[in-house]
Amino acid sequence: MRRLLQWAFGRIPIGWLQLTHKRGRFMAALAGVAFANVLVFVQLGIMNSMATATLRPYEFFQADIMISSADANALSEGANVARQWMLQALADPDVAAGTGLFVGNTPWDREDRDISFTTFGIDPGQAGFLSPAISDDVALLQVQDVAILDRMARGLSREDAAAIRPQTPLSFETQGRTLTALDTFAGGGGFGGDGYMLVSDQTFLSLFPARSSAAPDHILLKLRAGTEVDTVVARLHSLISDETLRIRTYAEAAQEDLRYQQTRRPTGVIFGFGVLIGVLVGLVIVYQVLSADVADHMREYATFKAMGYGPSLFMSIVVEEALVLGVLGFVPGLAVGIGILTLMGKVTTLPLAMTPVMAGIVFLGTVFFSILSGVIATRRLAAADPADLF
Amino acid sequence: MDKDVIAESRGLNHWFGTGDARKQALFDIDIALPRGSLTVLMGPSGSGKTTVLTLLGCLRAVQDGSVVMAGHELNGASEAELTKLRQRLGFIFQSHNLHESLTALQNVIMGVQVHPGVPDDLARRAAVQSLDLVGLSDRMDYLPANLSGGQKQRVAVARALVGNPLMVLADEPTAALDKDSADDVVDLLKRLGAERGTTTLLVTHDNRILDRADRILTLEDGRIVSTQK
Repeated sequence: MRRLLQWAFGRIPIGWLQLTHKRGRFMAALAGVAFANVLVFVQLGIMNSMATATLRPYEFFQADIMISSADANALSEGANVARQWMLQALADPDVAAGTGLFVGNTPWDREDRDISFTTFGIDPGQAGFLSPAISDDVALLQVQDVAILDRMARGLSREDAAAIRPQTPLSFETQGRTLTALDTFAGGGGFGGDGYMLVSDQTFLSLFPARSSAAPDHILLKLRAGTEVDTVVARLHSLISDETLRIRTYAEAAQEDLRYQQTRRPTGVIFGFGVLIGVLVGLVIVYQVLSADVADHMREYATFKAMGYGPSLFMSIVVEEALVLGVLGFVPGLAVGIGILTLMGKVTTLPLAMTPVMAGIVFLGTVFFSILSGVIATRRLAAADPADLF
Repeated sequence: MDKDVIAESRGLNHWFGTGDARKQALFDIDIALPRGSLTVLMGPSGSGKTTVLTLLGCLRAVQDGSVVMAGHELNGASEAELTKLRQRLGFIFQSHNLHESLTALQNVIMGVQVHPGVPDDLARRAAVQSLDLVGLSDRMDYLPANLSGGQKQRVAVARALVGNPLMVLADEPTAALDKDSADDVVDLLKRLGAERGTTTLLVTHDNRILDRADRILTLEDGRIVSTQK
């Protein structure tokens, strides 16, 4: 480290020597930076997890355009959409197929732990609207009261989930009916439910008698190959001029859902503030360390001033210290962050994990904010008057 | 200004404070320091010795009068110009002011690296020679905390001399030294004056070194009251 800094700064690594001269304080400073890193990692991990969990159900389906109610900010929110709009959309020559998507929450009351499934009701005859991982099994849903369960659902043991096959189905009571799970797919717990369940639209309507087959939650459309999606969306807007509807590309719908979760839902805002607080804590810790270090060495800095050194030396010393704190504090912060996210992921089954992008962003952020703290701390150096040395 | 004079003040006045608290510290100070000379500045506490030292050492802005250092007028000089000029001076402080985290050698190297472009190996060699000059070649890798008071002061002397300064400004450099060490330091400054032409301005109360000075200036209440040769 010492040689690296000597090479990088082209001088004796004064910052490194100053920091390591008082090892106890140095370790405490690194622990402080690591703590701030852990705070940011956990909050970012939860935010990432929210993004993954929000976008995950969109991955179960394949569509080009989604028609939803105007108040449908998320997949499982909003009023219903009249099926007639699907028929009208199908009149467009570039719209190849359409299907209704029903969404509801289904509780599974169990002795040990209740599970809440976000349940999608789909037309089993429209396998093309399902992702390839699921579409092979969708024919099973042709049978009334059959379900395909999320094998990664929170509260469902991996052993129980693995045992679910057409030969060894799992029957359970929900909404006053007995459903039979014949297969599973990979979903995962989210913030709105413990997992997902796929049923046919007919089974869905049996589970939710108040719902009507003429009013799904969303309408999914597939376009003919080679069609420009935005062009068709614009055309549908003029064709279906109903202000109670939102006609968007499927990708836009997913991104709008994500933005809604992150910026308008309290949880998203809270996690965002969590990241900000982590950054501020780190900034304050590094500033305090560097500021105290500058104050401790004021006489030495004044001596350097007397010897003819200019402000660039002092700035580079403090930046060097900031870099050392930022880089060395990041390493334990990353290790602890990985540990905590892994543990939280196991306990909550949320998709919590350290990603290289997240680690990279936090590393660059740590170095940037450490240097920023250092630059602020150098303001105190103006007080180092070499004339006072005599 | 005589070409053999390194530093010279003419009609130098200086004040501290503002408004009603403004107090004049120096009155019409005329000093000329010839190249290679050793001048001792004496006087009671508060007489203005340190103020003269800091003004000639480019550490304070000249308010009134003239100070010429190495051909540069300091009255009106910018902070950058003063900083640049200080690189050509050597300072020895009463309380050594070594950097506690740097070894003796590293402290002395800092005295060379103030000159941009000096290669690392050359800076190191010069620092080793300078430490050898003050008899500390066996203490190069010691931190200041592991050196005695006298050894620290000798490191500070080595640091002041390593850049081959035009002039050394020293404040009680022998206060922490025993007689032999004090003699060594003064001998060294005298030798450098003779060999390299290094000028020394030294503030001291140490009577042991007065007989080695080329000139003794005595200040009282901000005025030079006597000049002895």
